[in-house]
Amino acid sequence: MMNYSSEPPRPDTPHGDEGRADGTPAVRARDLTVVRGPRTVLRGLDFTVPRGQVTGLLGPSGCGKSTLMRAVVGTQAKVTGTLDVLGLPAGHPTLRTRIGYVTQAPSVYDDLTARQNLDYFAAILHPGRASADRRQDVERVLADVDLTTHADALAGNLSGGQRSRVSLAVALLGTPELLVLDEPTVGLDPVLRRDLWQLFHTLAAERGTTLLISSHVMDEAERCHRLLLMRAGEILADDTPDALRTRTGSETVEAAFLHLVDAATAAGRTKETTR
Amino acid sequence: MSTTHPATTTPTPTGALNLSRTTATAARVLRQLRHDPRTIALMLLIPCLMLLLLRYVFDGSPRTFDNIGASLLGIFPLITMFLVTSIATLRERTSGTLERLLAMPLGKGDLIAGYALAFGALAIVQSALATGLAVWFLGLDVTGSPWLLLLVALLDALLGTALGLFVSAFAASEFQAVQFMPAVIFPQLLLCGLFTARENMHPVLEAVSDALPMSYAVDGMNEVLRHTDMTAAFVRDALIVAGCALLVLGLGAATLRRRTA
Repeated sequence: MMNYSSEPPRPDTPHGDEGRADGTPAVRARDLTVVRGPRTVLRGLDFTVPRGQVTGLLGPSGCGKSTLMRAVVGTQAKVTGTLDVLGLPAGHPTLRTRIGYVTQAPSVYDDLTARQNLDYFAAILHPGRASADRRQDVERVLADVDLTTHADALAGNLSGGQRSRVSLAVALLGTPELLVLDEPTVGLDPVLRRDLWQLFHTLAAERGTTLLISSHVMDEAERCHRLLLMRAGEILADDTPDALRTRTGSETVEAAFLHLVDAATAAGRTKETTR
Repeated sequence: MSTTHPATTTPTPTGALNLSRTTATAARVLRQLRHDPRTIALMLLIPCLMLLLLRYVFDGSPRTFDNIGASLLGIFPLITMFLVTSIATLRERTSGTLERLLAMPLGKGDLIAGYALAFGALAIVQSALATGLAVWFLGLDVTGSPWLLLLVALLDALLGTALGLFVSAFAASEFQAVQFMPAVIFPQLLLCGLFTARENMHPVLEAVSDALPMSYAVDGMNEVLRHTDMTAAFVRDALIVAGCALLVLGLGAATLRRRTA
């Protein structure tokens, strides 16, 4: 893992490359709605994810975080509204090499070693690349997630945290412009969690990668440049952690979130009674 | 690490079949199997053991062994590949690797062709072993060329792969996937002419057996058994099995969705 400092990374001024490309945000959603079976999981969301920054997607389990991420990646069915990713409609074929996606459960082959998993996914991603380049890329991502020493162990024999890092390493292959990470730090010990957040910030700062990271652990929110707070398929807030705390007069993002939830619930109740 | 290579400028065509993605997938499937030597051993040895068993069950009537043995050489690869593919594809679906692959620039055709290639290669080894054993050691009396037996066996393996792939879309668990074996394979087994000639069946069942691909696999095997050269009936049977395999592979591809609920 990258140990550039022992301090936990704090969101400082984003080094993003605002000038890059056409200056459009990495993700822009207008009236984004997703229906799963009889349930409307996302209800008319409007939000943007700026480029080159770490955006946290926070909210209780079942609030629609994973569905939102799958919509961005283009694997979610029944998406309506507008959803542009890196300037193209979500799910556009050319986006498939430009987005790295990590599902909540590690999606790797248990009966292959970590390196064999990466070799295969690298071959799928860029079949045209010279094998030496691909091998170098595989070594780089193994080092990024600190698995070089376990590269030749079967994924199925690795610990839960190690397997989820193999899964993360797959997403880092080919240096994608946008990383969509669904709860990448769940079940990891504090040291690993800190190291991974350091990696995320390094990616944003040095490679200009945009990261959209979901979590239901509120203390991770403090490490993001921007936050999207979700609850029951709606976005309660889209702001920086500082602005959120100031706006709600709270000490922590957690308190700010609870404040916003209570306000939303109260508003919902008045709507019910006046109806 | 600022010297990142411009990954996005590499042209990576998606869509249609991409040879290197297909072979990478086939190599990956075989590599997975290599970590599971017991499965390979079972796949390769069980057909041989069954033939050995049959040979001595019909010790007194070598004609019967000829008939059933030749049919079984066509049926084994179908059943094995059906089981292996349906479980393997189900595992891709449940482990999330399928979703990951389809979010990557992998064509559905690449995935399916990769599986067909890997399991086809395995089927060649399996059939070669079983055919060699039957013809040279167990005295299976084949009038035609053993190569034609091998060809039909390979087509059957493809059909099994295709059926397994297709069926796995309708199985939500390994339990269900395994139950599709009796549901899809057993009726074909009963009606394919293995137990009794198809023309002796009730007319309705005979008509049904005419519509099932395994019947043609067994018919093709029996053509090789009885005739020295490639008959028109053999060509027709082989084409029907191949056609069915391609059709079901196409249906299997249609069950792979990039976007899922």
